[in-house]
Amino acid sequence: MQRKAIFGGRALPYALLLPQLAVTLVFFFWPAGMALYQSVLREDPFGLAAEFVWFENFAEVLSDPGYLQSLRTTAVFAASVTLLSLSAGLFLAVQADKVRRGAGLYRTLLIWPYAVAPAVAAVLWLFLFHPEIGLLGRALNAAGIPWDYRLNGGQAMALVVLAASWKQVSYNFLFFLAGLHAIPASVLEAAAIDGAKPVRRFWTVVFPLLSPTTFFLLVVNLVYAFFDTFGVIHALTRGGPGNATETLIYRVYVDGVDNLDLGGSAAQSVILMAIVVALTAIQFRYIERRVHY
Amino acid sequence: MPEAPAPAPAAASRRSRPPRDWNPIHRVSWRTHLWLLLGVAVFCLPVWITLVGSTHDASTIGRGDVPLLPGAQGPENYRVAWLEGGGRFRTTPAWLMLRNSIVMAVLIAAGKIAISLLSAFAVVFFRFPGRMLAFWMIFVTLMLPVEVRIIPTFQVMVSLGLVNTMAGLTIPLIASATATLLFRQFFLTIPDELVEAAKLDGAGPLRFLRDVVLPLSRTNIAALFVILFLYGWNQYLWPLLVVNDQSLQTVVLGLARMIGNGDSQNEWNTIMATAVLSLLPPVAVVVLMQRWFVRGLTETEK
Amino acid sequence: MPRRPANALPLARRAVLAAAPALLATPSIGRAQAAPVELHFWHGLPQPLGGLLEAMVAAYNDSQRGVRIVPSFRGSYPETMVAAIAAFRAGTAPHIVQMFEVGTATMMAAGRAVIPVHELLERTGTRIDFSDFLPAVRGYYQTADGKQASMPFNSSTSVMFWNKDHFRQAGLDPEKPPTTYAELEAAMRRLKAANTGAVPFTTSWPTWLNIEQVSALHDIPLATLANGFAGLGAELRIDNPLIRRHLENLVRWQSEGLYRYGGRDNAADALLPAGQASIVLASSGLRARVEKEARFAWGEGMLPYYDDVPGAPINSIIGGASFWVMQGGPRNTRSEAEMRGIAEFFRHISQPAAQAKWHTDTGYLPLTRAAFEQVKASGFYERNPGAQVPIEQLLRGGRMTDNSRGIRLGGFVEIRVIMQEELERALQGQQPVAQALANATTRGNQVLRNFERQNRA
Repeated sequence: MQRKAIFGGRALPYALLLPQLAVTLVFFFWPAGMALYQSVLREDPFGLAAEFVWFENFAEVLSDPGYLQSLRTTAVFAASVTLLSLSAGLFLAVQADKVRRGAGLYRTLLIWPYAVAPAVAAVLWLFLFHPEIGLLGRALNAAGIPWDYRLNGGQAMALVVLAASWKQVSYNFLFFLAGLHAIPASVLEAAAIDGAKPVRRFWTVVFPLLSPTTFFLLVVNLVYAFFDTFGVIHALTRGGPGNATETLIYRVYVDGVDNLDLGGSAAQSVILMAIVVALTAIQFRYIERRVHY
Repeated sequence: MPEAPAPAPAAASRRSRPPRDWNPIHRVSWRTHLWLLLGVAVFCLPVWITLVGSTHDASTIGRGDVPLLPGAQGPENYRVAWLEGGGRFRTTPAWLMLRNSIVMAVLIAAGKIAISLLSAFAVVFFRFPGRMLAFWMIFVTLMLPVEVRIIPTFQVMVSLGLVNTMAGLTIPLIASATATLLFRQFFLTIPDELVEAAKLDGAGPLRFLRDVVLPLSRTNIAALFVILFLYGWNQYLWPLLVVNDQSLQTVVLGLARMIGNGDSQNEWNTIMATAVLSLLPPVAVVVLMQRWFVRGLTETEK
Repeated sequence: MPRRPANALPLARRAVLAAAPALLATPSIGRAQAAPVELHFWHGLPQPLGGLLEAMVAAYNDSQRGVRIVPSFRGSYPETMVAAIAAFRAGTAPHIVQMFEVGTATMMAAGRAVIPVHELLERTGTRIDFSDFLPAVRGYYQTADGKQASMPFNSSTSVMFWNKDHFRQAGLDPEKPPTTYAELEAAMRRLKAANTGAVPFTTSWPTWLNIEQVSALHDIPLATLANGFAGLGAELRIDNPLIRRHLENLVRWQSEGLYRYGGRDNAADALLPAGQASIVLASSGLRARVEKEARFAWGEGMLPYYDDVPGAPINSIIGGASFWVMQGGPRNTRSEAEMRGIAEFFRHISQPAAQAKWHTDTGYLPLTRAAFEQVKASGFYERNPGAQVPIEQLLRGGRMTDNSRGIRLGGFVEIRVIMQEELERALQGQQPVAQALANATTRGNQVLRNFERQNRA
């Protein structure tokens, strides 16, 4: 799409673009290039000596069972967060869509968690599930279930999934609710006249109509689980116990910062970039479709 | 006033249309309300526990006698949290962390909006060599969230001497493809007649920007601001790396630090008071500016 | 924080150098004669210890005029280390940085980024008598040929704390703690049978206590090449019968309800003052907290050992941190005045008076025998029974060996995490101890080889 009416001017458009381009060049292209460059180097932390090692860092990362493990951990984590927050968001949206009175109030009460930072959400859930001071953590232990997310990998994963999903439920709720509102009443009435039961009607009529929203949310939630949940893991488990909650992003951080392995961390960054490019490509194909929808 | 061509769900959510049941035969059952209230309760439970905990003394919480009703220590806990900080890593009082967070969030939101507005304006209202190249350079930044290239970006900051500065905390986060795309999309809907009229009046591009484009963009700017404020407020990994000067500590990170490794002997009362304080600004923004929030959320799609 | 943009941009550095040499002039420190030399000092001690350290610095600032030390807390030890390294690359490194003991190898391999303490003293003509320092303390921070690389400071070792009330309930002599693991196991069974409501035994700092200290006490190598002191080519030797036996004991005790794994790092510390564990092996630094929080009678004693290992026990190793002197950046070296100021500060903190105060205020070890004697003469240990245990334990056996001097392994922070992870899997029953030790050895050696390659230049 192009405009017909435009302004003249030679220097002005460049001047207007300058701030955005400068920030993009310095804080995007430069670091991205640096990641590529460092991924083929082996460097001491103080930057006093560097050796060119070709693709050795990549070979090392990809053959490290720990890395493959954290790839699996990330997949489990992202799938769980997405599934949990999508289903909870959809369920609440379906309920809220039926409500006439108090709909606005319910909406307010159900969307505020979106404002909570993932790390703060983690802290709030820690207050509940801490084995010694948490209401639910103590209740579980009192009931004879040995609950300590600091020692048990499965429990740690459950807790980070819960804390990470919490705020995302609000986001999904909002989009599903909007999606439900957009379904024409006539479609629903026609389905009702067919005499199908409400539950069946939902899965055969409503849910397919929501599929563009669902697919969009699927991508958004996956991206969230991959990249925005560092704070949850850092605040709650630091990747442990064992490596039970070490996701790819967390590993980039640990190797680059705690372990001072710049080459290995850069190689992981490059691999992650490839993953994001793939995810974004999927997202854009979808957005294009949705514009026509 | 021209509206941005919003995605279908967003458009629908703004229309105030009576909600309905797709089961028009029955009235709304009590079960629906029950489920919704349960959802609300699950959302509020951790906050309620935190709020209650922030009004008791440390040993009550440390012993594990989890109270369900508020105690009497509230004013003292909040005073300590506000003025002194808490936890064994006590270093930064909450007022300073909150101020840092607010400054950071506002700078990020305002910076993103300002530079995106200008660049979108340039791309839409001018023809010049390299226009598409510039647009694609901005566009491609969508692909790499800062988390992915975090270590090299940190090293760039080190090289520029921006570590431990407010500039270092904010500037790398203000490049925004989403905001640029949104403004571009919106600017494309501004009728050509307005541009022609401005030209006839002898108005230059900057006056057109100030007198026509900015007023028309008010709602978009407001909606974006809410979303970007939350984005800035919620930053964690970047401040963790780039700031270790306690006077620049932000509240989200500072709160997580207070907890350390989750020792049961922590000063939980002060930590909980700080948690409540850290929740207030962003939640207030969402609740009070709900209209803009919903609009911003559905239109930016992150 | 002072910014020196002149030293920016490592990638573009050469270009900047060529284009604008004037920009690179470092701000000169030598202003008017009267102005004190300002020295930046980054530390990683949280409150209340950090406050005591800063008070010590403030007292030094007040005591003289030539130097002003500016302390600043930079987060946990690993965070302080990362911050200092980043600052060095940017040319804004602090003059002095506190670095935990496991970061020693990284700093020692840093080449011209640090000024070794022996060199600092030589160049400034300052004298500090390291021969009076406790051998286990100074040895940890020395090169293989006995030169002091960094200034030892807050040092602790690990000891045993026990709950005397629980001992009484179990019919054990509260004044006679177990000294060997055989006695410890017997005591655990009595404690369990007495239903004290607490777990009989736990260990804080899982790998420090159960791998590093067990190796040192029994004079068994943790790694080849004198635990890494003799070179970067060291390999882990933790997969040995003694460590396997000890960890298998832990797993067995855990299954019998005698032992509880209390979490990473010092998470288990809390169990003792809370009365949730009867015997806790932890850092001697836990003492201050136990004094403050425990509402029961307790004691502090030496670490238990396996008495069927010939020659055992000898001294334990230390934990804690030392002070490193850093250059400002790759092309930003320290002036004579700055170096003299740092050396003087180090001399001051090694004096018996300063050491005695630090020791009695914080519970960290005194660095020197002179300080120990001074505190002893003041009657402090009579008033605080058990407070001398860590020092006695560091001198136990009277013969420090290559296995009990300390650990000098590159990337040891990461290796500790690896050992912790494998140990956790063994305790969760996901793998046998032998497998855990084999995995930890393989993974740890990979870290060592990476470090060797990074630092070969």
